[in-house]
Amino acid sequence: MANNFLWLISPPFPSWIYCLICTILVIGVLVGIALMSNVKHAITGNRISAICLLIGIIITFVYHRMLPVWLLYIDIAIGSVIGVWFAVRVKMIQVPQFVALLNGLGGLSSAIVGIFSLYKMGADGSVFSSVAAIVAIIIGSVTFTGSIIAALKLQKVISGKRTILKGHNIYLIACMVAMVLSIVLVFLPSIANNTVLLVISLISASLFGLLFSIRVGGADMPITISLLNSCSGVAAGVAGLATGEVLLVGIGALVGASGLLLTQIMCKAMNRKLCAILLGKGKKNSSDKNVHIDNENDRNHTDENAKKDPINIIKSAKSVIIVPGYGMAIAQAQHLVKELAEWLKDNKATVKYAIHPVAGRMPGHMNVLLCEANVEYEDLYEMKDVNKEFVNTDLTIVVGANDVINSAAKHIEGTPIYGMPILNVDECQNVIIFNYDTKAGYAGVDNPIYSKTDGVYLVLGDAKATIKDILDKLKK
Amino acid sequence: METIQIILLIIFFVASIVGYLVINNVPSLLHTPLMSGMNALSGVTILGALLATAVGVKQMPILSYILGSIAIISAMINVVGGFGITDRMLHIIAKRGGKHGK
Repeated sequence: MANNFLWLISPPFPSWIYCLICTILVIGVLVGIALMSNVKHAITGNRISAICLLIGIIITFVYHRMLPVWLLYIDIAIGSVIGVWFAVRVKMIQVPQFVALLNGLGGLSSAIVGIFSLYKMGADGSVFSSVAAIVAIIIGSVTFTGSIIAALKLQKVISGKRTILKGHNIYLIACMVAMVLSIVLVFLPSIANNTVLLVISLISASLFGLLFSIRVGGADMPITISLLNSCSGVAAGVAGLATGEVLLVGIGALVGASGLLLTQIMCKAMNRKLCAILLGKGKKNSSDKNVHIDNENDRNHTDENAKKDPINIIKSAKSVIIVPGYGMAIAQAQHLVKELAEWLKDNKATVKYAIHPVAGRMPGHMNVLLCEANVEYEDLYEMKDVNKEFVNTDLTIVVGANDVINSAAKHIEGTPIYGMPILNVDECQNVIIFNYDTKAGYAGVDNPIYSKTDGVYLVLGDAKATIKDILDKLKK
Repeated sequence: METIQIILLIIFFVASIVGYLVINNVPSLLHTPLMSGMNALSGVTILGALLATAVGVKQMPILSYILGSIAIISAMINVVGGFGITDRMLHIIAKRGGKHGK
């Protein structure tokens, strides 16, 4: 490997050994990721990846003779302590915004590495590394601002709704032109020096991430996080191209590509086209109002329904499907739901949990939350396996779910969630819904099921209190 | 372009293709841990941050150290926090599976 650094006397061991170790570590990470697609080996996989990264850090210190630069240890220590503190303290329900936040930090770091490289620190200053540096700054900054906005939206610090500025697309295109311009200008050093390049790329990319992320609303957020996750991998890989580090290039590209694939899997689950989300399409608000008005008229019915007593139905049900939603997690009602399921099982009923692919705020998030409440994962069924069974099931219990059971996705063209596969709760003869209110869900679309009168029982209020109440009555 | 740069580009593309192939048939149960695990891995940029800062402090000590510290601390939070939360999540999931000997 070329030694670009004047201050560096000579590496402690030949560069081919360094490259060999890096290759082994990249393969190690690859094995780690592969193992993580299997429940049985996932913990091992995660640890293998972590150990590979740790060895990578040590090797970097040794090979580049950086061990005496003790200032670095302080930063590592501070970062580790904060990292551990977060990892221990973050609640499972907050995982989506936490991942978004971490992702933003990774992007920020890559962007800074890009800045260093642009000024020939840690890089050789060739056109190749300068281009890579600018690209790293761009992707890193987009990831940073985009992820931070996503995290703030999920944490509800700012409104989770779509924010569209006047001429949003024009701003986005202007940012893109500026980003491309900054890359082109690298080849024309007589026109612009490094500082100009840095300012153009940094500002345009940060704005782009901001504009892009504020336009994404509600249901598309999980996909955005996954996409930004992929971006932060690419940013690290490109930063590696700039600094000439094999490990960075290998692992960064690996994460970038697998992240992109994971994004596509999620898109498929939600029946969304990645392009549509990128371009901010797919949400026409035209028919929203009509749906809303229809529901207003039917509110009286729902109030009557709420008064009916669902106890007898629960007692007589022999097959039950439980549909948990994010609302259940917010109300911290998962343990009570599990208790209700236990009661049903004791009552000789079969109980299945129907998990929509994007239940919660992230694909698979609901599974983690239920596992945390000691629900056996054999009882968790994916949507495609359970969806046909709603017709022949005695009772469906919905807890804090809204968008994933919203039949507007099937019938009402033009709503934001139109076309998204949903759980066919409306096909079940008896449905009990534990929800806080009958307001629209995260995607902002009113749910026609609330205005249904036959066999739909609404129990409104805090799920923790209402389920407890039902349980007490059942156990009497 | 030098040989090393070509090699780096090749690694970049090979790793991209392999990364695209390795994710297959992931049960939705594992989507969240997988995403947060890969998120932790993208903190590999820590290596670049360490190297760049080590070089930088020899040329412009104060500015480089401030900028470098932000990069290193951010990346380190990304790595440690990411792997930590993933491990916690996977333990929660594994605890459930253990009962059935799965």
